[in-house]
Amino acid sequence: MNNLTKRIESAKQKWEVFQKNEEPIIYIGAASCGRAAGAVQLLAQTNRWLKENELTAKVVQVGCIGPCYLEPLVDVQMPGQPRVSYNNVTTKTLPVILGSHVGESVPYTKGAIGHFGKEPFNGIPRFFELPMLKPQVRIVLRNCGLIDPEQIDQYLAVDGYQGFMNALQTSPDDVIGVVRRAGLRGRGGAGFPTYKKWTVCRNAPGNQKYLICNADEGDPGAFMNRSLIESDPHALLEGMLIAGYAIGASHGIVYIRAEYPLAIERLNEAMQQMKDYGLLGEHILDSAFSFDIKVKEGAGAFVCGEETALIGSIEGKRGMPKSRPPFPAISGLFGCPTIINNVETLGTLPNILRNGPDWYNRFGKEGNRGTKTFSLVGKVRRQGLIEVQLGTSLREIIYDIGGGLQKPFKAIQTGGPSGGCLSEEFLDLTVDYESLTAAGSIMGSGGLIVMDEDTCVVDLAKYFLDFTQKESCGKCTPCRVGTRHMVEILTKITHGEGSAEDLLALRTLGDTIKKGALCGLGQTAPNPVLTTLRYFRNEYLEHIKEQRCRAVVCKDLIEYRVIKEKCTGCQSCVKVCPTGAITGPRSEPHNVDKTKCIKCRSCYVTCRFEAIAGDAIVIGSVEKRS
Amino acid sequence: MPETVDAILVKHSRRPENLIPILQDVQKELGYISPESVKDISRYLRISENQIFGVSSFYAQFRFTRPGRHSLRVCLGTACHVRGGATVLDTLENVLGVKCGDTTPDARFDLERVACLGCCALSPVVQIDKRIYSRVAVNKLSELLKFYE
Repeated sequence: MNNLTKRIESAKQKWEVFQKNEEPIIYIGAASCGRAAGAVQLLAQTNRWLKENELTAKVVQVGCIGPCYLEPLVDVQMPGQPRVSYNNVTTKTLPVILGSHVGESVPYTKGAIGHFGKEPFNGIPRFFELPMLKPQVRIVLRNCGLIDPEQIDQYLAVDGYQGFMNALQTSPDDVIGVVRRAGLRGRGGAGFPTYKKWTVCRNAPGNQKYLICNADEGDPGAFMNRSLIESDPHALLEGMLIAGYAIGASHGIVYIRAEYPLAIERLNEAMQQMKDYGLLGEHILDSAFSFDIKVKEGAGAFVCGEETALIGSIEGKRGMPKSRPPFPAISGLFGCPTIINNVETLGTLPNILRNGPDWYNRFGKEGNRGTKTFSLVGKVRRQGLIEVQLGTSLREIIYDIGGGLQKPFKAIQTGGPSGGCLSEEFLDLTVDYESLTAAGSIMGSGGLIVMDEDTCVVDLAKYFLDFTQKESCGKCTPCRVGTRHMVEILTKITHGEGSAEDLLALRTLGDTIKKGALCGLGQTAPNPVLTTLRYFRNEYLEHIKEQRCRAVVCKDLIEYRVIKEKCTGCQSCVKVCPTGAITGPRSEPHNVDKTKCIKCRSCYVTCRFEAIAGDAIVIGSVEKRS
Repeated sequence: MPETVDAILVKHSRRPENLIPILQDVQKELGYISPESVKDISRYLRISENQIFGVSSFYAQFRFTRPGRHSLRVCLGTACHVRGGATVLDTLENVLGVKCGDTTPDARFDLERVACLGCCALSPVVQIDKRIYSRVAVNKLSELLKFYE
């Protein structure tokens, strides 16, 4: 323990020196989304620029701070000044920013989005006062984007591993007691009280116990876990030490998607640092507690997010769920007592153990304590990773944090493919486990997808069902056959060939699958259909009775037309049409051959943004030939 | 290429739970799971080839045909779907003249769909080899492909 105390002291000193910054620091947000937006190119360009201008600066790659719509973000901190964040930086604007701020010490206020200082600075708003950030409460994400994820010293400097050290000084039962009093519930989606699961495992007989971290973030549209691991891997690993200690496990496994290579890399690096600091392995910090952690890459199966399927996959088998009981807490991996916790649950633990349960109880509401992270995406203006107190309303999330939509709001999907699609009347619903379930949806792991009038809810329901049907492992009949049948009916409806009886059949099938399926995948699979049937019945009826898709999405019900009066014959669309469906000589109105058109939207996009006319191509319902 | 498969096998102990990591390493090395490699794995782990096919076909990650020179992955996660990911896939199928899951006859691209790349705020996204392209526009796809020969 003494050794670590010394290291923490030196880490804090290093951090202070780093904060005082004798030389300029340039931070580049280089988590996966920053990289997709071009952060790697900016990093290389920054280093080149510094060399060319014979300037020195520390260039630090940080994780994701949340507002993905501002990516790529580049921050500059000059000696004695606050850190200033620049948004949507391009290879063109980067030299301007660096030239002004690093070269001449004058912040380029025009391109700045916020600063991290305490006092006002050059008329730039404070970053955490921005409308997207201000309503948020950052507990799990407290370090994301602020510390260098590859440096354990920076994590130690911001009180990292303090929670684990507190835990080590008490008994495992005390740790479970703290988590009980904090009221922490599983953040993987089901919301089962964490302490209950732990108690069962702790009391289960057996010398060998396992802790598994479920980082198989399979919900399409969710990326909270990826961001946390990429931006603050030690938070998760500290949480695993705490949980391992509490349940009496000696082995930990992080089961993570192979699609997250950067997160895997960061985890492996972080674990090596832990070993160097005596935080992993035999007799951690000279205590009786020994614990090791392995990373297991998933191989791409959504169902492996389910506990028993995940265990099967680690054992090298097909990832098929088993019926419970026995629960994994009694008989799990290789037949040993096993606890499976989600990344966010584990990432919350260091904060609870560091600050105590009473502190944690200040957030959220009765029965739903603490915060939840969400990936807010779709048609909202400000997209990204957010963290709010449980009990925040959907309206606050969509309008205050997300900045609303450009077009009128239509629906929000919570909980990914297992969740439901909620309409406008639910905007004031508070986000907590019980309210969402009562509305026919679920909390899920935290994907929030906002949709406007351009989204067809029937098509969306078909999309989700198609996803779960393909991911169904095929073990139980209700899920295997039922979801397939539902997809067939939905496909018929989107083709304009549905009948009113089909809606009843969907309802019956959905209810049956929910009751009869073996695991969580099947039991929740019908939710998107059942909720859209309930809240958007009219749109189903339009598809069936009028063969009309009001969002002009369902391909069989729409067609592309050229408005002859508007078309200037500029031929831009002719060039991009992949099938040669658009023809017409220059300067004369073009024509769409409907038999060749595959409705790929290329011409529509080109006309709007690159052609002379701008609005000569329209998408509309198929005109009835009579 | 039996040597490469052997080199992979000796890195893992002969325990059945190592099957998936072995398959992952083989695919990393060869680009796909070849019938010969399955035989080698079967002998090494002492489990039947059937069982290996059963496990490998269960997971979306494994492929059994030789990949193209460049891998093209279209994200069809929810956010990408809402923002036109399916249209991107349709267009690519048309431009390349292959169906999703296949490799072009000239072995230039293999085209596949993925459930989610986790860059939902930048949708729709397409991954070519290791690079992720964000906010992809359908009318720019052909130009993008020109960078990859």
